[in-house]
Amino acid sequence: MRTSPFADAPVYFVAIALSAVVLVPIAYVVLSGFRTTGQIANKPVAFPHPWVIHNYAKVITSGSFWRQIGNSVIVATIATSLVVGVSALAAYPLSRLQFRGREAIYTFFTFGLLFPVAVAALPLYLLLRQFGLLESLLGVALPEAAFGIPITIIILRPFMRSIPVELEDAAAMDGCGRFGFFWRILLPLSRPALVTVIVLSVVTSWNNYILPFLVLNDPNHWTLPLGVASYSGVHSADSAGILAFTTLSMVPALLFFMAAERRIVGGLSGAVKG
Amino acid sequence: MATVSSATTGRALARPAVARPRRKWIEIALFVAPAIALYVMFLIVPVVQAVHYSFYSWTGLGPLSNFIGLHNYREAFGDRFFRQAMEHNAILAGLSIGLQLPLALGVALLLNRPLRGRRIFRLIFFAPYVLSEAVTAVLFLQILQPGGLVDAALRSVGLGGLVQLWLADLRLVFYTLFVVITWKYIGFAIILLLAGLQGVPSELHEAAAMDGASSWETLRYVTIPLLGPTIRIWVFLSVIGSIQLFDLVWIMTLGGPAGASSTMATYMVDQGVNSYRIGYATAVATILFGLCFVISMLYQVFVLRRDSGTGTARMAG
Repeated sequence: MRTSPFADAPVYFVAIALSAVVLVPIAYVVLSGFRTTGQIANKPVAFPHPWVIHNYAKVITSGSFWRQIGNSVIVATIATSLVVGVSALAAYPLSRLQFRGREAIYTFFTFGLLFPVAVAALPLYLLLRQFGLLESLLGVALPEAAFGIPITIIILRPFMRSIPVELEDAAAMDGCGRFGFFWRILLPLSRPALVTVIVLSVVTSWNNYILPFLVLNDPNHWTLPLGVASYSGVHSADSAGILAFTTLSMVPALLFFMAAERRIVGGLSGAVKG
Repeated sequence: MATVSSATTGRALARPAVARPRRKWIEIALFVAPAIALYVMFLIVPVVQAVHYSFYSWTGLGPLSNFIGLHNYREAFGDRFFRQAMEHNAILAGLSIGLQLPLALGVALLLNRPLRGRRIFRLIFFAPYVLSEAVTAVLFLQILQPGGLVDAALRSVGLGGLVQLWLADLRLVFYTLFVVITWKYIGFAIILLLAGLQGVPSELHEAAAMDGASSWETLRYVTIPLLGPTIRIWVFLSVIGSIQLFDLVWIMTLGGPAGASSTMATYMVDQGVNSYRIGYATAVATILFGLCFVISMLYQVFVLRRDSGTGTARMAG
């Protein structure tokens, strides 16, 4: 009937073909890092014959690579802690309490979805300059957090709303104030949604380019995307080196993705079905 | 599914310790204040400032003193390079809807069945979305080099005649970038649509089949309409994304050669950073923002309202 394995063959074919389209460029970059630039120039596409590790070794032993990763980690940590912290706090009354102006405030936050960071990038640069926050990782993290507030609140609100009101009443009976309820009951119960927004914030922050590009000029302050782009430009003749650098730059993102995949995909689908 | 309604009945319960209105307002204010402060300071204020600066001619250094009214805007719309960038953004949005959506939809429909290894496929398709645009840009810069992977692959299947200067040919570079963008984002579209398809109950397909509908008719009158909300959200995200595209283009081509692959965002950064024309660049930024705003408003009024809503707020739940 419809469950014949042969009927599914074209489907598998499509799935595998698509996977190839995704994987081949990535595989190429990974493998070519194990060749020398000279070999690549002679024969661009070939399996590494003697496996040359010095390209990867050069990146792994370079202080700047790890410094860039460190900077990215710091920015992502600060930005994510901030955005999830303030958004969870704000999402509580927005989702569970009745007060005049509630929907107005919520709508006010959702307007932020309309502003891609690119639009505000230049004035942000000037603003940060006024505050003396240029060249500072905090200067990158604060706007990232601010721009993450809309989507975070949007994801947290329905989730927080769905927690039974009986729990809130019980907490009140026990003399627990609103903050106590928030801290001891609401937050722990919101963990799935919190994990989703944390993951989204980390990925967004890690991959951010335009803001660090404008704010961080000193190479010691660069985040990883800046480092990758710059390496590619500065060492444009060293194809193998670029490929190795690029591959290693993909590792943190892909590792994180594999660990958190369900959350990322689930969170986005949830927001869609929402 | 819970207790949304009981959130209102809760107020009727006697809760003397926290019922005093003034205390309640203060508490609510405290909860919401940090988010509002951060949001206003680093999102609203810069955008407002951008609009303010756009009425001046300013290099970003020295005093803000040269007020020129709408002159920057007139210049922008009159500048053929800016118009070229705008066209590029528009074409990008159009191609996304016209090419990426049907492709993603087709694949999602095809894959919407119990497949072995489904989780692995999902991982693979979604991976490009997680990579930064910077990494994607550098990756494809290498692959698209003359004689690189793409050229070699074409030659190896005998299509060597199709080889072009993918990034240097004025007529092609923009479309090359479109292919790269598709590579990066199509997986996201497929998975989003698959999630939407999961929400279409299979009983409907059976019911339609029993009523004598062909697969095509079922698709057209049952599945796709039910996918509507998902499609509409993807289109919205895609259009906004197309308008503000920067990273990938900047790193791969800097918008060149000669503006052949520019976007409004690369034009803006180029004017602001390389030419020190902050006033002018913020005018471009304001135009960008204005476009996003208008499109969103129109979209909500004409499209998303059908999905039972009252705006951005409702759209996202």
